[in-house]
Amino acid sequence: MSSTATVAAPSRRRGAPARRLFDAIAGPHGLDRYLEQINPTFVIGECRAEVIAVEHGSEDSVTLTLRANRAWEGIRAGQFVQVAVEIDGVRRSRCYSPASPEGSGRDLEITVKRHSDGLVSNFLVDQARPGMVLGLSQADGDFHLPDVRPDSILLIGGGSGITPLMAILRTLCAERHPGKIALIQYAPDPGRAIYREELERLAAGNPNFTLTRSYTRAPGVGELDGHFSPTHLPQADPCFTAAETFACGPPALLDAVRGTWTNGLEQRLHVENFVPPSLLPLGEPGTGSIRFAGSDLEVENSGASILEQAEQAGVPAQSGCRMGICHTCTCRKLSGSVKNLLTGEVSATSEEEIQLCVSAPLSDLVIDL
Amino acid sequence: MSTTTESQIPLTPKQIESFGEELDAIRQRVLADRGESDANYIRKVIRAQRGLEVAGRGLLWAGVFPPAWIAGTAALSLSKILDNMEIGHNVMHGQYDWMNDPALSGKQFEWDNACPADQWRHSHNYMHHTHTNIVGKDRDIGYGVLRMSEDQQWRPYYLGNPVYATLLAMFFQYGVALHDLEVERLTSGEAKLADKRKLISGIWKKVRRQTLKDYVIFPALSGPFFLFPLAGNATANLVRNVWSFTIIFCGHFPEGTHEFTEEETENESRGEWYYRQLLGSANLSGSRPFHILSGNLSFQIEHHLFPDLPANRYAEISTEVREICERYGIPYNVGPLGKQFGSVVKKICRLALPDRKRPVDQLPVAEQSGEKERLPVAA
Repeated sequence: MSSTATVAAPSRRRGAPARRLFDAIAGPHGLDRYLEQINPTFVIGECRAEVIAVEHGSEDSVTLTLRANRAWEGIRAGQFVQVAVEIDGVRRSRCYSPASPEGSGRDLEITVKRHSDGLVSNFLVDQARPGMVLGLSQADGDFHLPDVRPDSILLIGGGSGITPLMAILRTLCAERHPGKIALIQYAPDPGRAIYREELERLAAGNPNFTLTRSYTRAPGVGELDGHFSPTHLPQADPCFTAAETFACGPPALLDAVRGTWTNGLEQRLHVENFVPPSLLPLGEPGTGSIRFAGSDLEVENSGASILEQAEQAGVPAQSGCRMGICHTCTCRKLSGSVKNLLTGEVSATSEEEIQLCVSAPLSDLVIDL
Repeated sequence: MSTTTESQIPLTPKQIESFGEELDAIRQRVLADRGESDANYIRKVIRAQRGLEVAGRGLLWAGVFPPAWIAGTAALSLSKILDNMEIGHNVMHGQYDWMNDPALSGKQFEWDNACPADQWRHSHNYMHHTHTNIVGKDRDIGYGVLRMSEDQQWRPYYLGNPVYATLLAMFFQYGVALHDLEVERLTSGEAKLADKRKLISGIWKKVRRQTLKDYVIFPALSGPFFLFPLAGNATANLVRNVWSFTIIFCGHFPEGTHEFTEEETENESRGEWYYRQLLGSANLSGSRPFHILSGNLSFQIEHHLFPDLPANRYAEISTEVREICERYGIPYNVGPLGKQFGSVVKKICRLALPDRKRPVDQLPVAEQSGEKERLPVAA
């Protein structure tokens, strides 16, 4: 869910001698390229997951239970993963925060909310079926429940930002956490409040858990009304200033929350950004900056091709024909938008290979170079 | 340039520009249309290759039984051909980069061949495809050992042209592996060995891995019968070598293809670049399985016009390219394998001897690559 942490975790190789012999036999492609022909989840060097259950919970969302293969190294409640699907031949990755509690083994629960023009969300809501195999990264992110569980915890979630909070809440309930837990859920109306029934069940069964709902488009239905306001806090958690607070949701909600946790309270606030990739700003050519992640260099975008800008900055970029045919300069874009000057094609999703010699920046960029 | 046809561009600058635009339009259309069917196609080929490889290795393990040896050697030969031609060559061109699948990334793919993939990408994708058929720049003209153009000055060494060609065909993967090293420039003193250390170590590592796999590990798995898989693996490598040599030499050297000088190609426009690619390449006609086994290099013309379009698209665009060529009066060189390869063999033999139509002693000694001398055009 974090817009900043978009780098896929590298596939981890375990260097057992038997594995090395198999690699020599299976070279140059590697053992996984043969194992995946039997079953795509049999790969050892790369995380993949099979969809084992599909549940259409609220309107416009789907909850998937994924079973990761044995390469999976586990997750802490609140962290996110990247899930990759192939749509019309193109692999697309998106970040999701699983809602499953810690200790779920290799099973992960993710909830996908449909965005009107979201390629991946629409695909998963409409097409996900048990048996489908998805790409998966290892878990990542600093937004997670600390090992020493806090005495008092406040969770604030908006829309599908509820999912990492659900992982935290479920973990705490399963552990029979003795401390106080409060959750404020923001949703347009009860029909679109993800996990509504389960939250009500948990609130009924756990006296130390207080559930407060605020519906922005259904006044009078929840305990509170409207978008986040500091006045909501005393009702949800009278001593919220003492609570370790975890907030996840759309930018407007998080900005309002950050504006309230000031004057030393910042230390108790943990925030997970949630920016759908389709909403990344498209700048004008000649604006923004380019960061070359591997070289730790940042330059102001001059409007020239990214290859020329890399060379001017002294970044060791490989290049060949400089006319878009030989792919010597092809490089991974970690985030930002570029336009292919040959085809006019705009690449706005993060983590895509681009040809530096014929690509110009359209926004702030991070290049893996 | 070639002896047979004048390579002066017969089109006006305006015509060459609209010719380039028509080809660009084909490219744009296919780029916009790439999708699931292309992804399915390459995965199907990969699946077939992996299956053939496992079957071939398995049968050769029991290669002491003659039917198993024959079937295993055939399967492994096909596997290596598919791996190098339709999969390796095309994936490494970045033809499937748009899929964003790390297993099909042109930058990361490694093939079942003695040549390290990164060196291949430099010598082939960049040097050969950018400077196609420019004598002195495109080292695919003769691979530094053969005389494949009149523009290469004759020396007594070239009397062995047919012998060198036969050896190159048999050991083609090693020829390709040494390609980026520019051995002939090392022996002539133009390049220094010290600058090539990294290349040599890359080649050595790859050759060692390939050798270990085909000639040590797999034979060893058969215990006392190790000679059978050893012979099968050697045969499969030989079959792949001769096949890829044949297809590749039919791509640029049949009668009617052109070579160019560096002066001719200075400050080329996009249309002129396309034009050079067209005149420098030749197609092979044949069945669909033949095209797949050739890595669709049987559509060498389309491949050189659009090296990074998925190769399974070349067949469909070849009719359009041919129609455009007819309209502009540009020769489109196509023929069956027998005819095209026959003319390549003839050229290899003819160029072994000094050129009959010009006295050798009048020509300047400009043997090394980078030769600038424009030679007179024979009628």
